[in-house]
Amino acid sequence: MAEVLVLVDHVEGEVRKSTFELLTAARALGEPSAVVVGAPGTAQGLSSALAANGAEKIYVAETDRTDFLSPQVDVLAALVESASPVAVLINASADGKEIAGRLAVRTDSAWLNDVVAVSANGRVGATHSVFGGAYIAQAEAKTEHPVVTVRAGAIDVEAVAGAGTEERVEVPAAAGRGATVQSTEPITGGDRPELTEASVVVSGGRGVGSADDFSIIEGLADSLGAAVGASRAAVDSGFYPHQFQVGQTGKTVSPQLYIALGISGAIQHRAGMQTSKTIIAVNKDAEAPIFEIADFGVVGDLFQVAPQLKEEIAKRKG
Amino acid sequence: MNIVVLVKQVPDTYSERKLDASDGTLDRDATDAVLDEINERAVEAALQIKEANDGSAVTVVTMGPDRATEAIRKALSMGADKAVHLSDGALAGSDAVSTAKALAKVIGTVDGFDLVLAGNEASDGRGGATPAMVADLLGVPALTHAREITVEGSSVTVRRETDDGVTVLTAELPAVVSVGEKINEPRYPSFKGIMAAKKKPVTTLSLADAGIDAGEVGAAGALSSVTSAQPKPPKSAGEKVTDEGDGGQRIAAFLVSQKLI
Repeated sequence: MAEVLVLVDHVEGEVRKSTFELLTAARALGEPSAVVVGAPGTAQGLSSALAANGAEKIYVAETDRTDFLSPQVDVLAALVESASPVAVLINASADGKEIAGRLAVRTDSAWLNDVVAVSANGRVGATHSVFGGAYIAQAEAKTEHPVVTVRAGAIDVEAVAGAGTEERVEVPAAAGRGATVQSTEPITGGDRPELTEASVVVSGGRGVGSADDFSIIEGLADSLGAAVGASRAAVDSGFYPHQFQVGQTGKTVSPQLYIALGISGAIQHRAGMQTSKTIIAVNKDAEAPIFEIADFGVVGDLFQVAPQLKEEIAKRKG
Repeated sequence: MNIVVLVKQVPDTYSERKLDASDGTLDRDATDAVLDEINERAVEAALQIKEANDGSAVTVVTMGPDRATEAIRKALSMGADKAVHLSDGALAGSDAVSTAKALAKVIGTVDGFDLVLAGNEASDGRGGATPAMVADLLGVPALTHAREITVEGSSVTVRRETDDGVTVLTAELPAVVSVGEKINEPRYPSFKGIMAAKKKPVTTLSLADAGIDAGEVGAAGALSSVTSAQPKPPKSAGEKVTDEGDGGQRIAAFLVSQKLI
């Protein structure tokens, strides 16, 4: 069976969960081969987790190169040439998309971006969830070895062990001028789960009224182990940082439970959360469009309802 | 310094966006078109660098149908000096790879560019890699998702900010830089700027003018195809109650009934 290359996303010596999702997705297309690109000594700590999650082969490409993202592109381009994979799967993160786009250009491959499922039927096919889940589109690659970036959290991990045979590969010398990394600082997101990966999201909108009062949103979120989100109106008003914005110009989330507090539910916001499994809304305005998509809505004051809900949750937790 | 800014006309994110049922492409007639907000920030960043470096010129580059001229006008009225518009019927249906190839060719027509600026991700396609792809094709470094840009002599340094953290990147010019949401607040065009924009040169190029093979772009040159696109049935409203002092308890009861808590 033909190989499927999976670029391993790793941070501080750990394989990211999104990589396990890619290894699961890869099995629908062929035999998963994990590709580790990093500083010398990186692969050693990652191999067992990769094998346990289905990597039949692990390509180890270790290098001292400091040019940004180019080693990944160069290594994958060389492997596309030598291994003729069915497809190359990469996490659809900011870095992943950049690597994917550059690889597609270099290898004249189709790029199927931000997909939620992959399939093989002669050609490599992919499912896209477009405009915040308002549309479902099917696409297929017209070239060999398409590059596919997969949305984190879209695929449920099924851990099936693979052989995990390591194979060292040469990292080519830098092909052109690159950008050099001067320094890096990881983002400290605190104890809350990452917004796009969280199974519960509690969001606040303009109705929260101030940055200080967002503590009500945070308090309720923490009682549920949830991530905190914000509508564009709340972010534009300076109540909460932009990185937490849910909507057309922010993040797209699809949690098991989404609680919208003081959010009217403009299209701009709904596009970022309407594929949530269960939606709860609290808003003073009985006509707010958020109620059109809420499974359960309360017309009322969030400053009354949210603390009471938090108290009820605490009670049930005992 | 010669600065090129890539801009794109997109559907207004405040209006409902649709896909054309026949070919799965964006239905551009269904929505209002605007200059993508992130492009205004790229234009603003270009103007700030121009203002700090005497003798600089800012050239706006776009590809798209005729009505993309509105996006060009906006950028020119903000203060850009001139524009190049790649407009050709054969471009319709271009995918990310062919779009990047076409843009790289057009940038190549701008004499001696030092810096190419772009938004990090358009609000419609959200591919988020066009600047890096263009850089790869031009054989220059890509410094993306910039929160801050510093140009000093012949090098550029960028504070790159993504969900994964902050990376400080540096490279020699020429280079491609894409800007993120937080780079700046774009200026409003002044009345004088709007009047002046009407006299600024806009060069319209066809594919042949730009030296682009028509077979490499558009639906014909696309490396992937959309085989179906269906609107998802809208979610219907569930229960709605008015808070009578027990709203929080009622939500909790609902969550329990759904086994969510």
